[in-house]
Amino acid sequence: MIELDRVAYSYGGGELFSDVTLTLAPGSFQFLTGPSGSGKTTLMKLCYGELRSTSGHVRLFGQNAREMGRDDIALCRRKIGVVHQDCQFLDHLTVAENIALPLTVAGRGAEAADYLADLMAWVGLTHQANQLPPELSGGERQRAALARAVIVSPDVIIADEPTGNIDWEMSQRLLRLLVELNRMGRTVLIATHDLNLIRAAKAQVQSRVLRLTGRRLQVAGVDL
Amino acid sequence: MNGLFRYIAVLAGDPQADRTVPPTGFTARLTVFTAGAMAFLAVFALALSLATGRIADRWESELARTATLRISAPMDQLDAQQAAALTVLETTPGIASARALTAEEQKALLEPWFGPDLPVESLPIPRLIEIVETEEGYDPAGLRARLQAEVPGAVLDDHTRWRDPLIAAAHRLRLLAVVAVVLIGMATAAMITLAAQAALAANAQVIRVMRLVGAQDMYIAGAFVRRFTLRGLMGAVSGTLAGMVAVLLLPSTEVAGGFLTGLSFQGLGWLVPLAIPPLAAIVAFFATRAAALRTLRDLS
Repeated sequence: MIELDRVAYSYGGGELFSDVTLTLAPGSFQFLTGPSGSGKTTLMKLCYGELRSTSGHVRLFGQNAREMGRDDIALCRRKIGVVHQDCQFLDHLTVAENIALPLTVAGRGAEAADYLADLMAWVGLTHQANQLPPELSGGERQRAALARAVIVSPDVIIADEPTGNIDWEMSQRLLRLLVELNRMGRTVLIATHDLNLIRAAKAQVQSRVLRLTGRRLQVAGVDL
Repeated sequence: MNGLFRYIAVLAGDPQADRTVPPTGFTARLTVFTAGAMAFLAVFALALSLATGRIADRWESELARTATLRISAPMDQLDAQQAAALTVLETTPGIASARALTAEEQKALLEPWFGPDLPVESLPIPRLIEIVETEEGYDPAGLRARLQAEVPGAVLDDHTRWRDPLIAAAHRLRLLAVVAVVLIGMATAAMITLAAQAALAANAQVIRVMRLVGAQDMYIAGAFVRRFTLRGLMGAVSGTLAGMVAVLLLPSTEVAGGFLTGLSFQGLGWLVPLAIPPLAAIVAFFATRAAALRTLRDLS
């Protein structure tokens, strides 16, 4: 689905990482860890085409990302649900409208009514549907971001520090949602510092942990 | 044809898409005001263009087939020379009619300069003969040669000397009015482009989020294009109506006289300014579309 082959990324004259090879195979569940500033977010942006690698090859659903235009990348994004740490909402739209946004921009706004109620119940935001994003708590925002990421039934879900601003109980709830999506066949990649979250996930789903450190990506051992 | 359908699709768009772009405050008001002011000015430029066109046409048609013969001679020879001149003119091919102005007509011509009590009969004032050509026209050089031989005091004035510069000036004025309309269109496009760019720059985060969820450039641009096209149209409708009312309220010829009072539209000419709002909308559409696609490219 998404493949990075000996990818390097340089920023501001310095190399952030190099020789990174990563495959997001269908149905896989992977964690990406590493110290702050190691390039986790950058690596994830390469995975959904927001950035272009300095060298190496990135393939998104079989296409070479370097040869894709902005509109091709946009079409790819409809198969990738992204959950940002800061959620990235449109603050002038209601929570329900934000969650339906991927369908709206895909010209499938009319379908939103079919999914929206169930989806909002699934993430526990039924009563917040008509609120504006700034009125939500951190946990509610993360769940709304997850709902927006999955409303178009994407093949891949990429979540960047989805539990960074929420308490342990809410983290567990979000994790359960992601595990449930993975069981439904979705590919999941989560960037996190939270080792407890990784341990909790390993108890529920077969997963792999990757560690980005020293400008290289390595598979982490079992001694997390 | 496909291109046309594409443009229509952008304009028709998705009403939900327009909600994704937040209200853009001052850029909205700037666009409406600019389109309105430019449309107001365009109405006057059009009125000027049409009026000068009418004047040029009138001068051309009314003066082109007329000429004046002036006979300057001693008082005792005037009648004889006038009769000889009329005989020459009546036998000249291409002249439809020739008529000597009466003493009252000459008096009326001189009245603005000398007052109503001028004793025309007792003054050595040249006699004037008004000549009207046929459609084929006459040969001025040939007529001058005959007059020189038979009426030594006659001078033929076919109005060319002063008519041509006036008509040229009227044509030039009409051209300038057309240039003014074009400049107004370009200034409108420039202002709307700036407003659209400001709106897009202010919404960089909105654009980023829309891209994140899979919006293509034309979808994002469409939301801005529809908004600015509608504002351009609204402003132009207001400005055009205000301009037409202002032209309508210009003083009538009977009251003030002079060239400027003929500035009003006439007959079907009143329909011409109605083309301004759709043209302004078209200008707004393409200006915003170009600005949006350029800004989206720069933001990537």
